[in-house]
Amino acid sequence: MLKDITLGQFFPGNTIVHRLDPRTKLILVIVFIAALFTAVDWFSYGLMFLVTAGCISLSKIKLKTLTKGLKPLIFIIVLTGVLNLFYTTGGKVLLDWWIFTVTTEGVKRAFLMVVRIMMLIMGTFLLTYTTSPIALTDGLEILLGPLKKLHVPVHEMSMMMSMALRFIPTLIEETDKIMSAQKARGADFETGKLTDRAKALLPLLVPLFVSSFRRADELAVAMESRCYHGGEGRTRMKQLHMKGRDWAALALGAVVLAATIVMNVYGL
Amino acid sequence: MNLQDMQPIIRVEDLHYTYPGDEIETLHGLDLEIAEGSFVAVLGHNGSGKSTLAKLMNAILLPTSGRVYVDGIDTADEDRLLDVRRTVGMVFQNPDNQIVANVVEDDVAFAPENLGVPSAEIRKRVDDALRTVGMYEYRLHAPHLLSGGQKQRVAIAGVLAMQPRCVVLDEPTAMLDPVGRREVVATVTRLCRERGMTVVLITHHMSECVGADRLVVMSEGRIAADGTPREVFSQVELLRSEGLSVPATTELIYELRRDGYELPLGALSVGECAAAIMAAVKGA
Repeated sequence: MLKDITLGQFFPGNTIVHRLDPRTKLILVIVFIAALFTAVDWFSYGLMFLVTAGCISLSKIKLKTLTKGLKPLIFIIVLTGVLNLFYTTGGKVLLDWWIFTVTTEGVKRAFLMVVRIMMLIMGTFLLTYTTSPIALTDGLEILLGPLKKLHVPVHEMSMMMSMALRFIPTLIEETDKIMSAQKARGADFETGKLTDRAKALLPLLVPLFVSSFRRADELAVAMESRCYHGGEGRTRMKQLHMKGRDWAALALGAVVLAATIVMNVYGL
Repeated sequence: MNLQDMQPIIRVEDLHYTYPGDEIETLHGLDLEIAEGSFVAVLGHNGSGKSTLAKLMNAILLPTSGRVYVDGIDTADEDRLLDVRRTVGMVFQNPDNQIVANVVEDDVAFAPENLGVPSAEIRKRVDDALRTVGMYEYRLHAPHLLSGGQKQRVAIAGVLAMQPRCVVLDEPTAMLDPVGRREVVATVTRLCRERGMTVVLITHHMSECVGADRLVVMSEGRIAADGTPREVFSQVELLRSEGLSVPATTELIYELRRDGYELPLGALSVGECAAAIMAAVKGA
């Protein structure tokens, strides 16, 4: 049952979206979010819709996979829609009942808001779906590099992140083993009330914690014996190179952002 | 090549070690020299201090008293710590807890990356190290999907990429199945014989020591026996008193000798043993 957990939700592929430098993609996601929030009306939303749809089709990620990602956030989406529906004034009144008033403007706002949030989620998911977690951590480390001057432990943070990712499968395997060992001695994880099941998990977590600490200790010794001494003077085997396509993608992102800003000024 | 003539790569002088917080000393004054290019097996049961000795050779632990020199560098010299560690690479017992990356080749690249080697050179070292241990085809695999023996070979490659002159393996086979065990022992034997690398193999499996140039038996924090495997294994009473078994061939010859047959105790391999018995039977 634990094998089903896919973390980082990375779907390997060889499309242009996959091959872009992780730094480019990280920047583009930020630009994308900024553009989404400067969009105000049909035209700018239309542009953003085209951009989102274009990226999705280029990445060859199935639409179904992306919409699946929306599911856990459905409550927030609906709530935003409902709030916008009732709290926007202006336009023709469509419905006036008790304290609720629905106007044409409200319907439009609600619709645009829901579309905006959905595009926001899909756009960011596209990043994690098309970039391996390690590439993402590497990209983040380089992008945040200037913060090192402010004594932000950027290298340490990214090393911790990649270690955590590395040990997820190992820990899942271990959890499976402990569960089997406890089931063999009569532990019951699957039936009973929610509180019972939660209680049954406690004896699972304790050995898992203890062994994680032991692992961490051994890992630290192993890393030190392989000359790890922090990020100082470290080189990389795989260096990230910005290629022509990266600059083109960034330029395109800038154009889209500029367009939405101009449209924002004219209220389109 | 006469191994005795060369400068020892590791020199241990009157080494005492007590774990912090422990009352009892773990190592009681060891003296040991490891010749460059030799294959040394260190044998001992649990608690004999063999793993502690291994950790002292790599400056993971520092002597309570006495000295450990790696290529002439005192391991207690903090400024030379990286030099010590890049000269003596270390492979540990649990393969899972020493692999640091999600991809085999990234893991092998870890040590040279730490040492600040230029990236083209790292690439070369990684490919070379993976070929040496026979894991090149797996360079893009995820380590957690490999078998124990394969993981341990990746760990060895990770150390080789540092280009050390000596590899210390601390019970590398303890968590492996017999197939994995053979893979690892064959790999380190090849390293020593073909590349001239010094190998210190710490183990409690008798059978893994047979191919070594030298066998050191540890017991209760002391060296109980030291010599070629042939010499050491012929001291059957001593090994038994240390709670260690001897290879089945030696055991057989030892029992036959007790019954009055004239047989050489040095016959280690099955073939040698059979030949010795044949000769004795014909002679009789």
